[in-house]
Amino acid sequence: MHPITTTHYLILSAALLAIGAVGVLIRRNIIIMLMSIELILNAVNINLIAFSRHYQDVIGQVFAIFVITVAVAEAAVGLGILIALFRNKATVQADEVEILKW
Amino acid sequence: MNPMWIDTLFFYFFALLVLGGGVATITCKSAVHSAISLIVSMVGVAGLFLLQHAEFLFAVQIVLYIGGVMVLFLFVIMLVNLDESMQMRQFNRQWLLAVAAVIAAGVQAVWLLSKPADLPAAVPQVPGGPGNVQRVADVLFSQYLLPFEIASVLLLAAVIGSVVMAKKRL
Repeated sequence: MHPITTTHYLILSAALLAIGAVGVLIRRNIIIMLMSIELILNAVNINLIAFSRHYQDVIGQVFAIFVITVAVAEAAVGLGILIALFRNKATVQADEVEILKW
Repeated sequence: MNPMWIDTLFFYFFALLVLGGGVATITCKSAVHSAISLIVSMVGVAGLFLLQHAEFLFAVQIVLYIGGVMVLFLFVIMLVNLDESMQMRQFNRQWLLAVAAVIAAGVQAVWLLSKPADLPAAVPQVPGGPGNVQRVADVLFSQYLLPFEIASVLLLAAVIGSVVMAKKRL
């Protein structure tokens, strides 16, 4: 077995990003779309940490902390919107929310 | 045993957790199963942080994602879960096109990344010196103090915003 390099981490991160993008695009359930966004943000964090290790510089880890902050805020507001939506429309399917479409 | 060999083994183990959990997250029919798979994926990411010697982020990942965000997700799933939404179609009509497009983009990315990289050589780790938490805190509270404070304002806005969204009557 050869040693793990930064490139391995970058490829893993690209794969996780692709999985998250597929999830956002193909699912109808808004909760699972939000979970896919979390997957995408985690892929970004893997990238940041890999480069932080590569250059022995902790700034990458500081940025990962900011990304996690934004991800948490996004999840809280998104789920709040989802609850408000469910109260008004009684659905969690993205393509049944079409009031703004004509 | 050789420590390099163990690193390789752990990397592939955690990568399997990350990718397997991710695929299960987007393919499971039930939202609860998806949330559990997402937890598996998050554990894998936390393990990768540990492998990269980012101990502080490992703890943050476990406490915040697995302890906080996932409980929030499960709570909302329990609040809004409709039994009939599981009987309905789970994927939208363009799913084949979406998968094809994303796989094309992903293959392109992997191809670009696996070419002989012009990445500068890795900086070797210097033994000794302050620990990971101290080094992160030094940078966060000196060079990035203003973004740190702005992040706290963002969190305050998110707290108020989500309460306003989810409350019946104010």
